[in-house]
Amino acid sequence: MLEISNLVCRYGKVTALKGISLKVPAKQLVVLVGANGAGKSTTLRAISGLVPAASGKITFDGEDITGMSAGRILSLGIAHCPEGRRVFSQMTVLENLEMGCYLRSDSKGIASDLDHIFSLFPRLAERRRQVAGTLSGGEQQMLAIGRAMMSRPKLIMFDEPSLGLAPNIVAQTFDIIQGIRESGTTVLMVEQNAYAALDMCNYAYLLEAGTMALEGPGEKLINDPHVREAYLGAGLAHA
Amino acid sequence: MKRLLPYIAVAFFASVPLWLQDQYFLHTLVVTGIFVIAAMSLNLLLGYTGQLSLGHVAFFGIGAYVSALTSLGFSVEIFGLQITHEPWPAVIGVLFGTIVAGLCGYVIGKLAFRVRGAYFVIVTISFAEVVRLVSLNWVELTNGPLALPGIPPLTLGFEWTGYATLWGKAQNYYVVLATIVLAYILIKRLVNSPYGRAMIALRENETLAVSVGISVTKYLVLAAVLSGAMAGVAGGLYAHYIQIIDPMIFMFLNTVTMVIMVITGGKGTLAGPLVGGLIFGIAPVVLRSYVGPEVQWILYGLLMILIVFVLPQGIVPAIERWFTRKGGSASASKPAGLVLESSKGARS
Repeated sequence: MLEISNLVCRYGKVTALKGISLKVPAKQLVVLVGANGAGKSTTLRAISGLVPAASGKITFDGEDITGMSAGRILSLGIAHCPEGRRVFSQMTVLENLEMGCYLRSDSKGIASDLDHIFSLFPRLAERRRQVAGTLSGGEQQMLAIGRAMMSRPKLIMFDEPSLGLAPNIVAQTFDIIQGIRESGTTVLMVEQNAYAALDMCNYAYLLEAGTMALEGPGEKLINDPHVREAYLGAGLAHA
Repeated sequence: MKRLLPYIAVAFFASVPLWLQDQYFLHTLVVTGIFVIAAMSLNLLLGYTGQLSLGHVAFFGIGAYVSALTSLGFSVEIFGLQITHEPWPAVIGVLFGTIVAGLCGYVIGKLAFRVRGAYFVIVTISFAEVVRLVSLNWVELTNGPLALPGIPPLTLGFEWTGYATLWGKAQNYYVVLATIVLAYILIKRLVNSPYGRAMIALRENETLAVSVGISVTKYLVLAAVLSGAMAGVAGGLYAHYIQIIDPMIFMFLNTVTMVIMVITGGKGTLAGPLVGGLIFGIAPVVLRSYVGPEVQWILYGLLMILIVFVLPQGIVPAIERWFTRKGGSASASKPAGLVLESSKGARS
């Protein structure tokens, strides 16, 4: 569905991605793991058109999307949940969700999608008139996911969905992401919480300093000595 | 109550010329009103897109000069080419002033929004300075420091209604009041439209805004065009009311006044520039009989610091929060001022 070949991205003189290639097949959950500064977020930002590609090619459903505007890429069906501040904090819950379908104009479809998201996240329905900045971290995460779904994407990309959340909320977030994949939407996820991410994915890539160091099904990476050493902690407390 | 407030305010201000005897104070109100329009235009940029323009007076001055020159006529030589313009009606002048100021907003927006934040501030300051120097030195066109005198007042009407020339203060007052109402409605509709949402989204979280498909340049440039054009209207009204303009109109102090009006009133609120504009437009006149102008500036400085410390959001949001706390005491468990919608019901 999504295919990247030899993608190079630069921030000024710094080369963040040194020619990476990856594939995200339809209806699968693909995970990108790696240390801070390895280029994980840059990869997602390049896919959604927020960072220009210096060279290389990104295709989505057979269409070359390299160099397209962020709006165009979104309307083709790629939604991006950026890391960090996930919501428009001074807008209400409802307004945030409406921002997610900014490019859509079918009011009937929007209304039914809103109902669908409120049924998935009843907490958001209760608080639809509340200003998003006053929601808890977990609720903001739900809102961010809901907003991304409002564009009816074929592919959703999550950047560090577990960042800054309480452990029980992290588990809940991963459940929701799993649910999104099961309902037929393709997911590409960047995650620091390597063990949990590798455990739930269909396929995984390991980025190290802007290059693909390793790829394979989740178990392969979990059992790889290098990954265990560097990313999972040698003791592997959670196993 | 809150829904009625704008109507009450308009009715009150519409009645002012009927009972106010002091012509000087009426004059103050007209000039204040013109500055309120300028402050509203600045609020569109500063309040809703979060971009600080410290050269906003340039749009105001361009509106004034273009409007004045269109209605006065001029004859200049550019590269050996003689361009002569016969005087046109003042209303057309204001229209041209608005269009040219809007176009300048477009150019500045296109240039400046590649770089935002501090760089945008610098670009706008430089722009205002360049325009000021042009108005000062292109004597053939602008009369330079000798000023452009004898600008005709506005003439309103159609062939079938007859024409009325606005010589009086009260007439100008009503024109300014009507313009403010119009600008208010325009901004209100804009802010509640998808365009306004996009601007607010950009202010709040640019990365996120781009990721939901909002084009940064498109909306910031749109805001700059509307803001410039609206400041141009204010400038045009000013020129035809005062009937004389000189390069002093581009004083940095005028920009600062607009910024103070917006920030004290409450940036990013509809009523903010109105409240701030009224306070800082009328205060100098009321205070004049008690303290000298130099002391006044010191007082404004103190007031400004005080407001920034005590009411960092500005006066209007502070009042709104106060009302929310009073009206929403039943739902005291929720943090006051944040639960906007539920308390609205209690208020109205």
